[in-house]
Amino acid sequence: MSNPTKPQVAFYWCASCGGCEEAVVDLADGVLAVVDAVDIVFWPVALDFKRSDVEARPDGSIAVAFVNGAIRTSEQEEMAHMLRRKAQFLIAFGACSHLGGIPGLANLWDRESVLRGSYSEAPSVVNPEGTLPQESWQEDGRRVTLPAFRDTVRTLDQVVEVDYYIPGCPPTPKLLMDAVQAILSGALPPRGSVLAPDIALCDQCHLKATKPDRLLLASFKRPHQVLIDPETCLLSQGLLCLGPATRAGCEALCPHGNMPCTGCFGPTSRVHDVGAKLVSAVGSAFDASSPDAIEAVLSTIPDPVGTFYRYSLPASRLRRKVSQAAPAEAAQ
Amino acid sequence: MREALSKNGGPRVGVYICHCGKNIAGLVDVQRLTEYAATLPGVAVARDYKYMCSDPGQVLIQKDIAEHKLDRIVVAACSPLLHERTFRSATEAGGLNPFYFQMVSIREHASWVHTDKEEATRKAQDLVRAAVQRVIYHESLERRRVPINPAVLVVGGGIAGIHAALTIANGGKHVYLVEREPTIGGHMAKFDKTFPTLDCAACILTPKMTAVRAHPNITLWTYSEVSQVEGYVGNYKVKVKRRPRYINEELCLGCLECIPACIYKEAKHPDEFNLGLSKRRPIYIPFPQAVPQVVVIDPETCIEFKSGKCKKTCVEACGERNAIDFRQTERTEEIEVGAIVLATGFKTFDAGRVPYYGYGVYPNVYSALEIERLVNASGPTGGEVVLRDGRKPERVGIIHCVGSRDENYNVYCSRVCCMYSIKLAHLIKERTEAEVYNFYIDIRTPGKGFEEFYTKTLAEGVHFVRGKVGQVSDWATAPEEQGKLVIQVEDTLAGMIRRIPVDMVVLSPGLDPQPDAQEVRRLFNISCSNEGWFLERHPKLAPVNTFTDGIFLAGACQGPKDIPDSVAQAGAAAAESLALIDAGYFELEPTTAYLLAEECSGCKTCIPLCPYNAIAFDAEIAKAAINEALCKGCGVCVAACPSGSIQQHLFDDRQIYAEILGVLAGATAAS
Amino acid sequence: MEEQRVGTVNGQEPTIVAFFCTWCTYTAADLAGTSRMKYPPNVRIIRVMCSGRVDPQFVVEAFAQGADGVLIGGCHPGDCHYVEGNYKALRRIALLKRVLRTMGIEDERLRLEWISASEGDKVARVISEMVGAVRRLGRLDLPAKRRGWDAEVLPHGGPTEALAAAAAPDGR
Repeated sequence: MSNPTKPQVAFYWCASCGGCEEAVVDLADGVLAVVDAVDIVFWPVALDFKRSDVEARPDGSIAVAFVNGAIRTSEQEEMAHMLRRKAQFLIAFGACSHLGGIPGLANLWDRESVLRGSYSEAPSVVNPEGTLPQESWQEDGRRVTLPAFRDTVRTLDQVVEVDYYIPGCPPTPKLLMDAVQAILSGALPPRGSVLAPDIALCDQCHLKATKPDRLLLASFKRPHQVLIDPETCLLSQGLLCLGPATRAGCEALCPHGNMPCTGCFGPTSRVHDVGAKLVSAVGSAFDASSPDAIEAVLSTIPDPVGTFYRYSLPASRLRRKVSQAAPAEAAQ
Repeated sequence: MREALSKNGGPRVGVYICHCGKNIAGLVDVQRLTEYAATLPGVAVARDYKYMCSDPGQVLIQKDIAEHKLDRIVVAACSPLLHERTFRSATEAGGLNPFYFQMVSIREHASWVHTDKEEATRKAQDLVRAAVQRVIYHESLERRRVPINPAVLVVGGGIAGIHAALTIANGGKHVYLVEREPTIGGHMAKFDKTFPTLDCAACILTPKMTAVRAHPNITLWTYSEVSQVEGYVGNYKVKVKRRPRYINEELCLGCLECIPACIYKEAKHPDEFNLGLSKRRPIYIPFPQAVPQVVVIDPETCIEFKSGKCKKTCVEACGERNAIDFRQTERTEEIEVGAIVLATGFKTFDAGRVPYYGYGVYPNVYSALEIERLVNASGPTGGEVVLRDGRKPERVGIIHCVGSRDENYNVYCSRVCCMYSIKLAHLIKERTEAEVYNFYIDIRTPGKGFEEFYTKTLAEGVHFVRGKVGQVSDWATAPEEQGKLVIQVEDTLAGMIRRIPVDMVVLSPGLDPQPDAQEVRRLFNISCSNEGWFLERHPKLAPVNTFTDGIFLAGACQGPKDIPDSVAQAGAAAAESLALIDAGYFELEPTTAYLLAEECSGCKTCIPLCPYNAIAFDAEIAKAAINEALCKGCGVCVAACPSGSIQQHLFDDRQIYAEILGVLAGATAAS
Repeated sequence: MEEQRVGTVNGQEPTIVAFFCTWCTYTAADLAGTSRMKYPPNVRIIRVMCSGRVDPQFVVEAFAQGADGVLIGGCHPGDCHYVEGNYKALRRIALLKRVLRTMGIEDERLRLEWISASEGDKVARVISEMVGAVRRLGRLDLPAKRRGWDAEVLPHGGPTEALAAAAAPDGR
């Protein structure tokens, strides 16, 4: 089935919603061109290959492995390590793999509270015994195991070395096609680059010209609180559009859909910590001087961490919530 | 001296550790620090030296740059605010760009503020490491030169402002002298004699005042205040608000015929210049030698202003000179100057704030400034020292340190009160032959001829009682106290409580900053000390400079001073202004913000943040544009840029991150 | 202001990174020095032109690199050499505190103070207070915490030999 003359490509998913897989399918007719050019050797969501099939391949024999999703379990770590060994290029595909993504917000809690919340405390769950997933279990003399669920959600590059990043939640079909073509033609930027323009989204936004030169806000609004004018810069309408701090490449899909940018492409290469940078920029964008007035404006941003680190908490400089009882102490 | 040659390639940093005699070496282990520095990546040479700022210390850097092919220099010594320029120059003299240099303060920030050798040394190590890591990211930079407008603004027309203005004008530069009162002369114009020589104040001051008026290089605006200051060194744009005096200054000849012609036959209004000890009419001149010789109309008391129904006898008297103009309004002048001298002076402490001395309660308790007017030959009594009822006092008590050296008021010594109190004691005794008592905490006479003057006054029979007066009252407890004011004091030399009945009490208040000093300093963007005096750049080495280039201080606005000190400082401020102007240009620090234009998305976040309007939106390319000539290098936009596309020379992100990592190396190594 | 005897040697002493504006607070720190005031040696001062230059990224970076507290010093309101850079700092730090709180970093670990050029005593007092407050909280020491967090994962895999061989001919 595999054609030795064509470059071999693998897709894998870790802690993700499946949207990135959809993005591949969204290539639509384009997928035919991809299949023409490459040989897909691993794609659990669509093709019936086993882990053992990949393991059997020689190291470095796969040209490109696209991994989406954050790293949350021991199995995902193992798969990441294996694909790293087998692939010449390992690509972090999509926001979760790139920055931690939405699953990364779980870093505001620890393992126990996540499991308790999902398996016992959630209102839709009936679990009177409070049974929680176990890593291993004896049943009828047989031992069954589950991958270990980690305390901290990680980006792909916190587990293995990553060659390139394709950003987005999910990446657009165009970015994927551009990346595939760049890899196939060898016209690649320096290793470690994000394969999207290194400029903020305003550059691509159709509403850019409507932003006033001197904008200082009195409060911030959430999309449901205003009747959004589709012809005017969303920030100037008081919406916390993260376009100024977010890497371009999506061609302002959300603003086109009358929704502010939420930052899924992550920051530009010049920003170390996008949440802190947003604190700086947003903290500069309103007009209040007294501590009370400042607090009043800030209270219109109800969840600063969820807003500024929506897709990037594991990739942030702090990475996760510091808990005084974290396993850090035990490890010291 | 130790050195270590680093591996080849990469940056070659030279690190120099200063002992500053024992100032640093006394607490920081400079040898260990030097050995440590030599181990840091990129360091080619590390040395310690007794005084890095000395010529041999600087030559050391220059020689090493050549011999060891250094391309970065770090000096760990005192504060960069003190010697950064020195070492940048040494770096430049060695053939490197001066900005390939970083300074570490291990004196002000380590040896002088800590007591533990080990900890101070560890801290110094962290700071040196941070500087080494940072300096590797430094770039070659050029200072920007700005031209200097050759005109100078002098604010305040007291003796300091007058002297500064005349000196600068004599140097051939144009001066704008702005004074808020209707006349120049300040406090000195109120004095009769000056200590310790007993020169006649008017005799030495009025010629200088007239010279100001006559000088072709001086534009004098009295009754005026600075309302706005914009720009920067060499290029200040200043707005001056000129209050209407309702007299056309060009037309008024100073004949003063209008004053007696006023419809008020008798002067009824308290005369500000004489502190209310005499009366004036609504149209008046503050004192006979006032400069300019132009009258003023006070609209608060003038009938024409109050009712519009005055016969305007003053206008009649003025006749065809036609100088009176009731419709005059406030005007604003706009000027451009290269330098500014602030000589805004002081206010005397309000003696009424000390309730137990009875100022404002007992009519015969006077403030020293009132006595200055009473002893003045051109004052309200023609130089007679008399009580409110016209009697000559037989016994006078002078209380020193009113509001000074007192935790409840001002803790500082006002420097001039001992001497002026002794002077007033001499003058009162001379004019009245009264028994004069001085009540003092300490007599402070640290000036040329001061102690001699004190000794002479003692010999004249003036009494000096050492003790802080507890109370002044009119409660008589003995027959000889009847109808007198009683000064109650602990005589600390005699070791007893004394009650001394007198006819007149003179309070010697200290000097306060002007009540609007805070607004004024904001206007000129300078700082104040805790007490409210304008802050000099360095107490010893830059006493007339401020932290704002091109703004200088003269006289008592910087702190209490007597006349000779004020004049000396005014001369220094004038010299600084002239030096600035004659250099023709000023070099600005290159710490400006710059845009990574390719990377800018044109989001406009930065534009409203710049206080100097240095950032504009270039609609053609839809990106921001920074005007580096207007940028003052605060870095607010750099921090704000959401895509990290603005950086700042000498404070760019990489440099600061390197510094953060460097200072924390010790903290993380320990854990 | 008695200096407390401290020892960072055992790793238990906190380190405070301070960002001081050059015009007011840095000058005040110099004044504290020339006045020979004493304060604990746990602080490391970094000079910036204005408190408005202090990017919250610097604060987060300092914590990430091992700072147990971050102190920012600027001119008093109305006194900023650059008109109102200090107000920008005030707004940013207020917002950053909200973020840090959610991230489990206590308010006392980040302090913004207005200290004018003449307030050398305030520099000494604020540093002493802050060192005391942070010492009571204990060390934050994120580098050690990160090592603890990462103890649960497989060791970080580097590029395999095959990958290195595959990559080398391209000259990457």
